[in-house]
Amino acid sequence: MNEETLAQLALDFSVLSLIAVGGAVTVLPEMHRSVVEVHGWMSGAQFAELFALAQAAPGPNILVVSLVGWKVAGLSGAVVATAAMCGPSCVLTFAVSRIWLRFRGALWRSAVQDGLVPVTVGLLLAGGYLITLSADKSIVAFAITAATAAIVLTTRIHPLWLFAIAGLIGLAGWV
Amino acid sequence: MSEALTARAPAPSELFLRFTQVALSGFGGVMPFARRMLVEERRWLSAEEFTDALSLCQVLPGPNIVNLAVCVGARYHGVRGALAAFAGLMTAPFFIVLTLGALYTQYGHLPAVSALFRGVSAAAAGLIVAMGLKMAASRRLRSAMALFAVVTFFGIALMRLPLVVLLFAVAPLSVAAAFWRAK
Repeated sequence: MNEETLAQLALDFSVLSLIAVGGAVTVLPEMHRSVVEVHGWMSGAQFAELFALAQAAPGPNILVVSLVGWKVAGLSGAVVATAAMCGPSCVLTFAVSRIWLRFRGALWRSAVQDGLVPVTVGLLLAGGYLITLSADKSIVAFAITAATAAIVLTTRIHPLWLFAIAGLIGLAGWV
Repeated sequence: MSEALTARAPAPSELFLRFTQVALSGFGGVMPFARRMLVEERRWLSAEEFTDALSLCQVLPGPNIVNLAVCVGARYHGVRGALAAFAGLMTAPFFIVLTLGALYTQYGHLPAVSALFRGVSAAAAGLIVAMGLKMAASRRLRSAMALFAVVTFFGIALMRLPLVVLLFAVAPLSVAAAFWRAK
């Protein structure tokens, strides 16, 4: 069962790697779909917790993938999921980085850049929506989500402070 | 690659170390620290080169910061440099996050810890919503182009379409629209 699971992780995350337009966070909905809905490896709430854990740790956002792999199949799961998520896109970047500079100022290059922006925005908002539904089980939780979004948008306070405050509100038993 | 660049090309071990440093200083987003290290401190890239490399890393699939490390590493030492920068970025955070995961499995069932995490998870969700809105605002997403964002949101969040299906349907149209508008 374990090897099968690892193969499944490798397959799912290599596909995610190649469709992660605009970065790791944009594939959250798809990751959620695969991990929670298709394979039933964990509940939506557990997925949201792993995401929060990865956000609270230093390093690239993509580490949520390591945690998901670890949760599903231990250390080897973490390694396989991380390698699968980074491998294909890294190879592609390596290959394309050599020619990209040559097309500076090309019309198609800026069209590709501008055209992907709305897709990325839609994916980020969809990810935010789905994670919110998974994470928030009370009115106070929804209020924390809304307040965090508003504060991040309007001030330059470091998100880690907001995590700390939200954690304290949780600890007080209000969420 | 110009002579001047080759002259001050960092060794793979330095790429590894600097990217480790960048990774460990960034909570919830590493890119600003990467920019500071690459452009201001080490001067491995000019501000213009950084913007250029970043635009590539945003267009290509995969985590932007990981792509950036690969770009910078590859520029100096090909595959070896890319691997060194990538390993620097990922290794330490990987073990830290797994340690946190292990601690969480150990103590997550305690009522206090799970209560704390209900709060933190709610805030983390808000962070993503803000990322989306911030990008929409900073790139002045209006009119026809905003429609593609709405369609993407609707397809993924509400209809729960697979991402591949949606990308093949929406991304080409969106790029074509951007091309048409730029002409």
